[in-house]
Amino acid sequence: MLNNIYNIFFIPEIFLACSSFVCLLFGLFLKKNAFRQTSNLAVFVLLLTILLVYNDSESNFANYKSLFSHSSFINFFKILALLGSIASIIISKDYFLGIKLKNFEIPVLFLFSTLGMMLMIASNNLMSMYLAIELQSLSLYVAAAIKRDSISSAESGVKYFILGALSSGILLYGFSLIYGFTGSMNFDDISFYLSKYDNLNLGLIFGLVFVMVGLAFKVSAVPFHMWTPDVYEGAPNSITGFFAIVPKIAAVALIYRFCLVPFENFYLEWSQIILFLSIASMFLGAIAAIAQSNIKRLLAYSSIGHIGYILIALVAANDDGIKAASIYMFSYMIMNVAIFAILLSLKVKNEYLINISDLKGLSKSNPIVSLSISIIMLSMAGIPPFIGFFGKFYVFIAAIEQELYVLSVLGVLASVISAFYYLRIIKIMYFDESKSEGIINFQISFQSKIILSLSLFLIICFIFYPSLLINISASLTI
Amino acid sequence: MITLEHYLFLGAIIFTLGVLGIFLNKKNLIIILMSIELILLSVNINFIAFSAYINDISGQIFAMLTLTVAAAEAAIGLAILVVFFRNLGSIEVNKINQLKG
Repeated sequence: MLNNIYNIFFIPEIFLACSSFVCLLFGLFLKKNAFRQTSNLAVFVLLLTILLVYNDSESNFANYKSLFSHSSFINFFKILALLGSIASIIISKDYFLGIKLKNFEIPVLFLFSTLGMMLMIASNNLMSMYLAIELQSLSLYVAAAIKRDSISSAESGVKYFILGALSSGILLYGFSLIYGFTGSMNFDDISFYLSKYDNLNLGLIFGLVFVMVGLAFKVSAVPFHMWTPDVYEGAPNSITGFFAIVPKIAAVALIYRFCLVPFENFYLEWSQIILFLSIASMFLGAIAAIAQSNIKRLLAYSSIGHIGYILIALVAANDDGIKAASIYMFSYMIMNVAIFAILLSLKVKNEYLINISDLKGLSKSNPIVSLSISIIMLSMAGIPPFIGFFGKFYVFIAAIEQELYVLSVLGVLASVISAFYYLRIIKIMYFDESKSEGIINFQISFQSKIILSLSLFLIICFIFYPSLLINISASLTI
Repeated sequence: MITLEHYLFLGAIIFTLGVLGIFLNKKNLIIILMSIELILLSVNINFIAFSAYINDISGQIFAMLTLTVAAAEAAIGLAILVVFFRNLGSIEVNKINQLKG
């Protein structure tokens, strides 16, 4: 045993925590190019962490189900979160250099929040869950306000901080009630205690509702979504990309685990809440996005809508639901990586593109870029040959298996409404005349080009070999 | 005799005051930070009362961790507040209205 003490560094979370500090020191002692070098190191660290997660065995001491747990579902979502944060660090590098925001802290903040997300996904205890959520969100509050000379960035930081702290407080109050009425903080113990009863008492119902409200804030489900559009709009574009891609993955995995592990026997109690959140998010996401002129706000509402579909799969609460959620989350991540890789390299008159109307005439000046945007938009709307269709398809299959017919019909309706604003972007690019041509230019670095082509390849070619992902996600256990 | 209910009632009152403080206050962002602290402290009262009532130490451990996190959160909140103040020259809640649509 004694010579195995160094194995502690092969636990992915501990490795990531230590390497984040190494990255921080590395950036601090570099004189030149600190931002670029630290980003490269961060990407390398995250790649190593993926390998470690892939090889992580159930026998290591951190996985004794007291604070953290271990399962194929957890590993899948951890790898997804790590891939998302690698992609968003790579695609945002040139943007940060372009707006002269060269703080080497940014990749370090991303690393710390990714660490928080990994812990969040794996947590099996109210205590570790709360600390992981805080580790993740404290880093993100700072990231939102990182552009210190801009009013909108500071304001988005303030808004995100206030609402995030309020939601953590509400979540924590729910935790205290659940702890008091079950006498334990461990998910498995709570589940064991609750299995003796037929229905929840008032204190536990209150606790469950409070925790659901807190988690709904974190996944930005309606009616707790109000911070999302403002934070997405105010934060620098690449930070918005990170917000859109990564934290959602962790929060969705957490809400799944929280509903399906400690409260697995009380489906009726939590499914009503999730049902309402799901329907409201789908419709608000679809309707409110129509009026937007800022592309970041549009993507914020689009992500609220996507969260609604993922929550349908949670209401279904069967194995198909878990499968559907992991496929949907994968497609969501790929599509957002692709759209942000494009947005972070499009410039209009030397300013990065923000308004949708600036896309006018893009099909003439940059036919390939406009074709890529169209493919991503069609995929987000759920039009068949692309990956987005499969996500929605499996979600609705799971809902129909569980005989949730009304919910699936409502989901399809919301999907049709939301197709309007995705198609509107295509219409603007292809059919609207721009007054002055050739102003939009597209500069992309080699690394982000690789990420962009890889994600476009996955979006288009997923249909030729879907069984790989589908088999993996069908074998996931929570 | 002070029972568990009294502590829970106190916790609930302080929690409500904290939430109301966030929503009703029109003047000052500092008050919002104080309200957030109030919410976290009310949770601590709950945790410690429950922990003493069911004879289980983990509630008290959680209370210590919450205190630590509350301090970190206040530090980050104040830092963001300073950034906001430097840009706008004021910390009035009404001034947080640049982003909307």
